[in-house]
Amino acid sequence: MRYLPLSNQDRADMLARIGVDSIDDLFADIPQKARLNDLMDLPRRASELQVERQLSALAAKNVPASSVPFFVGAGAYKHHVPATVDHLIQRSEFLTSYTPYQPEVTQGTLQYLFEFQTQVARLTAMDVANASMYDGSTGTAEAVLMAHRVTKRKKAVLSGGLHPQYRAVVEGLADLADDDVVSLPADPAGTEDILAQIDKETSCVVVQSPNFYGQIVDLKPIAAKAHECGALLIAVFTEVVSLGLIEPPGAQGADIVVGEGQSIGNGLNFGGPYVGLFATRSKYIRQMPGRLCGETTDADGKRGFVLTLSTREQHIRRDKATSNICTNSGLCALAFTIHLSLLGSKGLRQMATICHANAVKLKTALASVAGVEVLTGAYFNEFTVKLPKAADAVVEALAAKGILAGVPVSRLVPGKAELANLLVIANTEVNTDDDRDALVAALKEVLA
Amino acid sequence: MSMNTQGRPTSAGDTSVSYTPKTFTGNRALDMEEPLIFEFGHFDTTGVDFDMPDAFEMELGGHERKAALELPGLAEPEAMRHYVRLSRNNYAIDAGLYPLGSCTMKHNPRLNEKMARLPGFGDIHPLQPLSTVKGAVELIDTLAHWLMTMTGTTAVAMSPKAGAHGEQCGMMAIKAAHKAAGRDPKIVLVPESAHGTNPATAALLGYKVVSIDAKDEDGTVDLEALKRKIAEHEGDIAAIMLTNPNTCGLFEREIIEIADAIHKANAYFYCDGANYNAIVGKARPGDLGVDAMHINLHKTFSTPHGGGGPGSGPVVLSERLAPFAPLPFIRKGEDGPVLVETPEALEAGEQPFGRMTAFHGQMGMYVRALSYMLSHGSDGLRQASEDAVLNANYVRVGLQDLMSLPFGERPCMHEVLFDDTFLKDTGVTTLDFAKAMIDEGYHPMTMYFPLVVHGAMLIEPTESESRASLDLFVATLRDLVMSARNGETDRFSGAPYFSPRRRLDETSAARKPVLKWEAPAPAEAAE
Repeated sequence: MRYLPLSNQDRADMLARIGVDSIDDLFADIPQKARLNDLMDLPRRASELQVERQLSALAAKNVPASSVPFFVGAGAYKHHVPATVDHLIQRSEFLTSYTPYQPEVTQGTLQYLFEFQTQVARLTAMDVANASMYDGSTGTAEAVLMAHRVTKRKKAVLSGGLHPQYRAVVEGLADLADDDVVSLPADPAGTEDILAQIDKETSCVVVQSPNFYGQIVDLKPIAAKAHECGALLIAVFTEVVSLGLIEPPGAQGADIVVGEGQSIGNGLNFGGPYVGLFATRSKYIRQMPGRLCGETTDADGKRGFVLTLSTREQHIRRDKATSNICTNSGLCALAFTIHLSLLGSKGLRQMATICHANAVKLKTALASVAGVEVLTGAYFNEFTVKLPKAADAVVEALAAKGILAGVPVSRLVPGKAELANLLVIANTEVNTDDDRDALVAALKEVLA
Repeated sequence: MSMNTQGRPTSAGDTSVSYTPKTFTGNRALDMEEPLIFEFGHFDTTGVDFDMPDAFEMELGGHERKAALELPGLAEPEAMRHYVRLSRNNYAIDAGLYPLGSCTMKHNPRLNEKMARLPGFGDIHPLQPLSTVKGAVELIDTLAHWLMTMTGTTAVAMSPKAGAHGEQCGMMAIKAAHKAAGRDPKIVLVPESAHGTNPATAALLGYKVVSIDAKDEDGTVDLEALKRKIAEHEGDIAAIMLTNPNTCGLFEREIIEIADAIHKANAYFYCDGANYNAIVGKARPGDLGVDAMHINLHKTFSTPHGGGGPGSGPVVLSERLAPFAPLPFIRKGEDGPVLVETPEALEAGEQPFGRMTAFHGQMGMYVRALSYMLSHGSDGLRQASEDAVLNANYVRVGLQDLMSLPFGERPCMHEVLFDDTFLKDTGVTTLDFAKAMIDEGYHPMTMYFPLVVHGAMLIEPTESESRASLDLFVATLRDLVMSARNGETDRFSGAPYFSPRRRLDETSAARKPVLKWEAPAPAEAAE
């Protein structure tokens, strides 16, 4: 077998050296009745060529984003990633290294994590960022738990503009940890009165901007009310590219900023692996979840980097840890930091501008389609339209025409008549005039 | 014009001079110093070319960014050189033996990387119409089938994003199952040898962690002590969280009795699957009485560790816990597998406790893991586990006369645990010993874990090592032990000497944390 270097002669010699007769003697501690004597009921080994054929056949049953006009977003976005990024993250020294527990021989990982933390802190306009979470949704749940630790309260208020699956992650954990969650109803029109929900019991208020429906939310009044009540504002984003163009949560009073970083450096991958970004104020560092990389010096006085403040973490604190997280999203953070180091603030702003311009163009074009109403006022690259028919059927009909038009809200929040006709449409720098023309023309046909 | 016929010298010349030059750059040939991107990059350039649109009216509603955003934009050659130089400061499996116990640093086949990058897997969106991702759902279903067959279980929650997330998922299913039965037990039993994530996970869900004692003679769970704990907290125990093989590298011989005792107490058996690589194809956790076990695809099934993730931690579930598996899950339909994503789509008997993450989990890791499983097949997977155990025992017998086995000369599973008794009176600590391994070109083993022995050194060579590689590793460690015994303390106390950095000051890093780069103050910069 191509992954196993031992020959049969090696195996025999090694067993003799160990002083046992057969390999099964080394498994003698497994209770006899639980031992598998036969091979598992699964296929036998396969050559590289065979595996490639089998998996390629499965891949061929899917429609890749790059093969069609593509407007699907709602938490994951199709962007162009420079070829340099994927080349670099596949370097053996990055790809096949472990968590940097031995800093003397993992300065490569540690230095890029330090650079990553600096980039994320600057993007979000916060004091500090950690070395990544699994993704935006799990990061949001961790942010809520952190707010509970900081405020010693147990009630989270979730905006109706929060991504429905992020909300489900927070609610599921709160339910089993016996914490309170107040979830506002779905809010496609951006009219909810979240301020009225914040009181002296509130630990945190969780608001996404741009929200699930694409609406940019003014966080300042929410921060003011939260702080007045002794609560924290957790600001969430799913499209990190937006921070190149819109005012960051850190400049609006957010206490914790958490979001999905997939858009920069990382592909769609059917939902994962992605990279959660997590930033907060200096005063809360010791309540933060996740790994942190810090600067220090070595025995020769040279600058170097180490994982630090690990007294917050599970391997030291066990049941008193701030989080159970161990493995996080190192390689996706590397992809993120490489792509962003190529972009710089200038490139990020340009990329964000194109995304926004494409959204404006599409919104304008959709205004010419009879029966289509745009619900979103201020937006970045994504907006919600109300169709004259059920959105899921329209999306299927458009898919049959080779266009992936967006996400029907009912895919995530089914069974609500008022949401059934809503479609969330995303735009990025990959969309062309031809893509938009094709969508508008096909939509007219489907709605006719 | 006449040509110079002198030619270049081909002999090395007199190189007997012993001299270590102090270089101008601080570099030492291939070993190069590299500043931070913020220290050499331009803040007003970009390394990505865009076709900018014509001027247009923005619709941001007055939310334009006013806060400063200062990020360097590197030209492509600058970026390439920066990250290539950084990479060379990392140890990696591809470069050498990486014997981190309980981490399973095995070979990461590049076929897996190639497969994960097929556009049909890497370039599909989690929310595009299900009619356009049938192959993706089929792949997840196929991987689930492999995992259930290997473990002898009836369900699997695929979406957890890493081992600790899988633990959380399994424990949430357990809590939901108790709740559904009208029970509210408060205690989770965790052995002393457990990974730190186990008690952290139990505490996260509001459970009280009660530690169970290990037997002195071999560090495994003391069944009688366990039964006493169960009796003491009768009716109040939710689960036991147990790693098997345990973190001492030993299989819990009384595992079935432990499971029985736990089940009799109306509690569940959570197994930490971090060490599953020892027993794939040799025993099925389902047959051992396990109710839930996460499987680290990034350990057992070769998806790369990536410097700390991404991982993937699917959780196999027994029949009793299957109904509580979180959304999304795959249901067998008449026309193939169906992805169930929302509570509204549930059928009778399905009681998911909620959702672990947005979307469907770590698809990129699923493709890699399935690529590995298909390559190995049932025969290769069993052979891999046998080789992993064989290699660990080969290291054990190669070192047991010089290093100290805390539990005697019995066979281990896929990792072998030593304690620091053999370093007594040498003035060398476990940490020193590990750091001296770095100078020899090895990544150290797991140190000071598990906590049940003093100065632990946990070595997991994996099946990826050849006999020649193990022989050199054993010989190196033997040489280090002899050196320690002979009082050559300099070799240890200042180690490592040859790595890109020498020992780093973690105390000062934690006391005054510097967690990001700050521009030097102007006065300082002018100096």
